[in-house]
Amino acid sequence: MFFNKTAEQKEAAKKMKEIVKSNKAIIKKFEDEKKRKNVPASEYQTAMKNPDNILEIDNLHTYFYTDMGVVRSVNGVNIEIPQGKTVALVGESGCGKSVTSMSVMKLIMGPSGQITNGAIRYNRASGPIDIVKTPISEMQHIRGNEISMIFQEPMTSLNPVFRIGAQIEEAIMLHRPDVPKSDLKAQTIKMLELVGIARAEGVYASFPHELSGGMRQRVMIAMSLCCNPKMIIADEPTTALDVTIQAQVLELLRDLKDKIDASILLITHDLGVVAEMADYVVVMYAGRVAEQGTAHEVFLNPKHPYTIGLIKSKPVVNQLVERLYSIPGAVPNPVNLPNHCYFKDRCDKCIAACNGAIPELKTLEGGHKVACHLYTQGGH
Amino acid sequence: MSEVILKVDNLKKHFPIKGGLLQKVVGHVKAVDGVSFEVKKGSTFGLVGESGCGKTTAGRTLLRLHENDGGSVIFDGKDIFALNQKELRDIRPEIQLIFQDPYSSLSPKMPVGEIIGEAVREHKLVPEKELRNYVMQIMRECGLQDHHIDRYPHEFSGGQRQRICIARAIALKPKVVVCDEPVSALDVSIQAQVINLLMDLQRDRGISYVFISHDLSVVEHISDEVGVMYLGNLVEKAPREEIFKNPMHPYTKALFSAIPTPDPTVKMNRIVLEGDIPSPAKPPAGCKFHTRCQSCMEICKVTRPEYKDYGNEHFVACHLYNKQ
Repeated sequence: MFFNKTAEQKEAAKKMKEIVKSNKAIIKKFEDEKKRKNVPASEYQTAMKNPDNILEIDNLHTYFYTDMGVVRSVNGVNIEIPQGKTVALVGESGCGKSVTSMSVMKLIMGPSGQITNGAIRYNRASGPIDIVKTPISEMQHIRGNEISMIFQEPMTSLNPVFRIGAQIEEAIMLHRPDVPKSDLKAQTIKMLELVGIARAEGVYASFPHELSGGMRQRVMIAMSLCCNPKMIIADEPTTALDVTIQAQVLELLRDLKDKIDASILLITHDLGVVAEMADYVVVMYAGRVAEQGTAHEVFLNPKHPYTIGLIKSKPVVNQLVERLYSIPGAVPNPVNLPNHCYFKDRCDKCIAACNGAIPELKTLEGGHKVACHLYTQGGH
Repeated sequence: MSEVILKVDNLKKHFPIKGGLLQKVVGHVKAVDGVSFEVKKGSTFGLVGESGCGKTTAGRTLLRLHENDGGSVIFDGKDIFALNQKELRDIRPEIQLIFQDPYSSLSPKMPVGEIIGEAVREHKLVPEKELRNYVMQIMRECGLQDHHIDRYPHEFSGGQRQRICIARAIALKPKVVVCDEPVSALDVSIQAQVINLLMDLQRDRGISYVFISHDLSVVEHISDEVGVMYLGNLVEKAPREEIFKNPMHPYTKALFSAIPTPDPTVKMNRIVLEGDIPSPAKPPAGCKFHTRCQSCMEICKVTRPEYKDYGNEHFVACHLYNKQ
């Protein structure tokens, strides 16, 4: 038995070496592309499909080249975010929702993580650009300035050794050179007041550990808003908070969105939060979009068996059920994804077609899109 | 069914705050400050509240993982805090705990069979020869495949790990299991699987649960009776139907209205509480909730409201209902 195992291990080691070798070649190609200097603007300028959209994610593929094999975190995702609307990205952990948002910011951790295919068209004031092709030096003007991000864990995303004031001032100083140094403090305090912090002067001089979770998240929001972004990516902004504080933060986000007329890409796994905040919903499963549509359509008339299961498996207050519905099984291994529908093994509505090719996203009535074989033959 | 298995009476746990050069005790964090409830045999008591309200400390103190600072816990006719070490050890298998985070509560160096079987062997619940079979049987019961018995925790997903934690608790044939946020770290679809498992085990084995959670929808689903905690005190306690249909305490009302509903057509009249939970080291005088309460009266700032029964086993501590 002992010898068997070593033979097995040898086999695995050999396989891993091969993977590492092939990964190296692929990664080098992408990294060389990234390192190019003085990329002409014409290379990344593009045209929007629909000029009313602020962001169009088109057939995005983000892969991670690990020693165990290629992890296809985002595997052909299409999302459109109209100007001034909130789009929610829902899914379980590991479905690729955070990687999608990181791709938009071009913050994918290299060298193993690479955007391999697709386009992210961003409707900039000076003309639309394709973020995938935009060089990092140009991205630095966009990050924080035009597209900003609110992270999940406010304690780990604030620097514990600097005062709150200094951390917000830094963002203003970097991105808005027009603000004179003497105005920095006034500007920072104005931002803190905007997010509903009562004693802004006191918070300005505090360290992160002196604040409660809700306050810290407000500071994070203030920081992300200080450059008047056109788009905000909120990655699980309320997951670490209590319900009462969550209610405060959601109220604040809704309020601010109208005040500064920004679009929001909201990433969450809480269906309740989605129903409250979002105009459009995108449901992701194993790196692909399972279903998308308006919030009304997706919640009241869900089509994909995964969405139906997700909605049914969440207990709702004042709606008692004898037994919760649960989706059997678990998410497939992202290294060895099957070549049929990824949800097939957990699905209770499987048909013969499910053994075939991976279903494509198909438009039903009212802009409702679903990737499921049940709906490919024009009805079920 | 109505037999009381666990009776918690005015339980208190104060943690000292040390300060100054000589590390003198300069104050106390009153984490649990007089909590009373009963758990009936085969039923579930849900304990809800925001983070820092003392629900986890309450759960741990009633297992005597912390020594108490007043009050008593009567389990099956015995006062847990009056037992000596030997007696306490004998009673341990009957009252078990499931932790929140299945990633940090399983030893990474132990195979699953050892994790589940260790305490069983220590307490000599089954003969050594049958131990392995017994562990396999428990694993099957908890929805794990029994041939995984020699695997290590890192080979399992989050939901499976929580099943291992549940199996570890269930293997000792407990009468009461304290579940401290058992599903908070899990995804929605996995959460439903674990909740169903807990409820099946309760039905088959007649276990009583103390279910600690901040997720009200989960608590409503699983509990027979619900207690709402705020800053170390129970502010309201009632049977499930009663408390969700007719919440009385302003904090409970705000808490319930803050839950987002997964239905975009529902527009709720949300009560948004101002500010944060006060520090438990310096709780406000009078009613502890008065700093955030929307129906605060003069009396609330001075006198602490009494915790009284207002019919239908509905206990509330609030001055609003004291006038009648």
